[in-house]
Amino acid sequence: MSKKVLVIGEAREGSLRNVSFEAIAAANIVSDGGEVIGVLCGSGDLNEMGKEMVYYGAERVITISNEELKTYTSDGYGQALAEVIEDESPDGIIMGHTAIGKDLTPKLASRLESGLISDATEVVNDGGSIVFTRPIYSGKAFEKKEITDGLVFATIRPNNIPPLTRDESLTGEVTEKTVEITNIRTIIKDIIRKSTDGVDLSEAKVIVAGGRGVKSAEGFEPLTELADVLGGTVGASRGACDAGYCDYSLQIGQTGKVVTPDLYIACGISGAIQHLAGMSNSKVIVAINKDPEANIFNVADYGIVGDLFDVVPKLIEEVKEMKVNA
Amino acid sequence: MNIYVLLKRTFDTEEKIAVNSGRIEDDGAEYIINPYDEYAVEEAINLRDEHGGEVTVVTVGEEESEKQLRTALAMGADKAVLINTEDDLEEGDQFTTVKILEAFFEDREVDIILAGNVAIDEASGQVGPRLAERLNMPYVTTITSIDVDGDTVNIERDVEGDVEKVETTLPLLVTCQQGLNEPRYPSLPGIMKAKKKPLDELEIDDLDLDEDDVEPKTRTMEIFLPPEKQAGKVLEGEIDDQVKELVSLLKTESKVL
Ligand SMILES: Cc1cc2nc3c(=O)[nH]c(=O)nc-3n(C[C@H](O)[C@H](O)[C@H](O)COP(=O)(O)OP(=O)(O)OC[C@H]3O[C@@H](n4cnc5c(N)ncnc54)[C@H](O)[C@@H]3O)c2cc1C
Ligand SMILES: Cc1cc2nc3c(=O)[nH]c(=O)nc-3n(C[C@H](O)[C@H](O)[C@H](O)COP(=O)(O)OP(=O)(O)OC[C@H]3O[C@@H](n4cnc5c(N)ncnc54)[C@H](O)[C@@H]3O)c2cc1C
Repeated sequence: MSKKVLVIGEAREGSLRNVSFEAIAAANIVSDGGEVIGVLCGSGDLNEMGKEMVYYGAERVITISNEELKTYTSDGYGQALAEVIEDESPDGIIMGHTAIGKDLTPKLASRLESGLISDATEVVNDGGSIVFTRPIYSGKAFEKKEITDGLVFATIRPNNIPPLTRDESLTGEVTEKTVEITNIRTIIKDIIRKSTDGVDLSEAKVIVAGGRGVKSAEGFEPLTELADVLGGTVGASRGACDAGYCDYSLQIGQTGKVVTPDLYIACGISGAIQHLAGMSNSKVIVAINKDPEANIFNVADYGIVGDLFDVVPKLIEEVKEMKVNA
Repeated sequence: MNIYVLLKRTFDTEEKIAVNSGRIEDDGAEYIINPYDEYAVEEAINLRDEHGGEVTVVTVGEEESEKQLRTALAMGADKAVLINTEDDLEEGDQFTTVKILEAFFEDREVDIILAGNVAIDEASGQVGPRLAERLNMPYVTTITSIDVDGDTVNIERDVEGDVEKVETTLPLLVTCQQGLNEPRYPSLPGIMKAKKKPLDELEIDDLDLDEDDVEPKTRTMEIFLPPEKQAGKVLEGEIDDQVKELVSLLKTESKVL
């Protein structure tokens, strides 16, 4: 049965996040030939971002621009989206499983007394029934789930559902809606940016991660350089975070971020089960460790037994050379 | 202050997972307090020690959850409530749990509810915000510090690595993130005292709910293990050659460069 599906888009530093395009692709499966409508909240002119959603497959886009929506709050976004949902009575809603997605969607689902499937890595239309796959027990298992009552409401994990091909010849209306925002109960006083490159670990295509074997904060420097030449970002094990070599925001694992990049390079990480929980579903895993018995080699596609301070600089040079020759 | 903690019993993080007749095998598994809920218990105790009042820990679960509730009492919580669904419900989801918690909190005086940011098993992260919405309370997720001054609350939260400073008011629900505190281990005297602390048991009937009210909105169709990873290739030879081989493999074999 064809459905009308809303996709809640999300920007980071002025441009739409990739996961919003992935959400359009997911919504396209859910809609089963129905309509996919993008929704954007923010401040200033959102028209260009609206068009971008159209190029990625949204049939039309509704934008809500309001100074009160400049930074995300659950109350502000909640009110804006409640009105869109009221106007459109959608059959489904899809959003990225990002910080905002995690904070906002349970509120909306709860208000609508609807089910919600969080953190899906796959969506299929199985003869009209929409089936979501999601990791459970930190990726040690998966479950297939469906909504049995109400809206088909889900968040999708970044980097798992491929977006549709961008096509600038696609056209669709971008309409602005005015919403009055009142009574925001949580006031954002300040945001201290710690992430440097604007790419969140969960969305990174390449991650170079360091563990206790990196030995110091300075020890992360070659890893950062390797990440730079590969166009990726740096992550860490809890061992490295606990030792104070880096910020907890970089932690990957059961109690940190769960990531699925195309390439994960683990340097000086032993491969504790709690760490594997956060990265074992990466597409390609490389392990660099001086201990040939380290557990990380059991999940690695390629391993180098050696001192990371010897291997990583050489790897940087080799990648640079490859790029020059390419 | 009337301080409440939502606590879920989960598998130990060391556990390997097996699937048996479509279910997660739980025979012989070790259980713990969901790690994020430990931060919530610790913070609740600190808030009480600073501002006075009482910490009540609440679980929707089965008889066995008593053990984790006793641990929270041994850490220093004052009271525990187990809403035992064992005899009444076969199925549930996040909607179910929140419906039950909503009924539990409906006519209670609450200043603050602390939950975990996510449970490490079903891991939806829905329960906190869903409950706050039902109780019409503001909420702040993934907090890494909290300071209560009268009715004003100042919070720092982790947003994908950035720190957001938030001001809000009581009553409030927060979800706890790693970095908030170092949960204490229960002390021996704590464990002795915990045995005498009140642990009430309720059933959904006591909350004026029946099975239909809490019927889940989602259904699990299948549970399966990820495909077994093939043994990887540990490279050999001089490091210089290994590095060359690696880059070439990444480029030509796995095509990620
Ligand atoms: C409830 C709970 C939750 C947890 N959550 C997480 C989590 O989310 N994420 C996480 O990562 N951990 C988590 N842990 C911790 C986990 O159990 C491990 O302690 C941690 O992952 C170890 O970090 P590590 O591999 O960096 O350190 P170690 O285990 O100390 O390993 C260091 C490795 O570096 C290698 N090494 C040393 N020097 C060099 C060198 N010069 N060159 C190359 N290799 C070198 C060593 O051979 C060793 O294998 C959790 C634990 C618990 C109990
Ligand atoms: C009879 C019955 C059967 C169920 N079967 C399933 C099932 O098959 N699959 C499924 O996904 N869910 C099931 N549930 C619901 C399940 O027990 C969880 O409460 C719910 O799924 C939330 O889990 P989560 O891991 O997504 O929690 P999250 O939303 O990730 O947890 C966040 C925080 O909410 C709090 N919290 C979560 N659950 C509880 C709880 N039970 N009690 C107190 N605080 C809590 C904790 O503070 C936790 O840190 C069932 C419930 C019942 C009553």
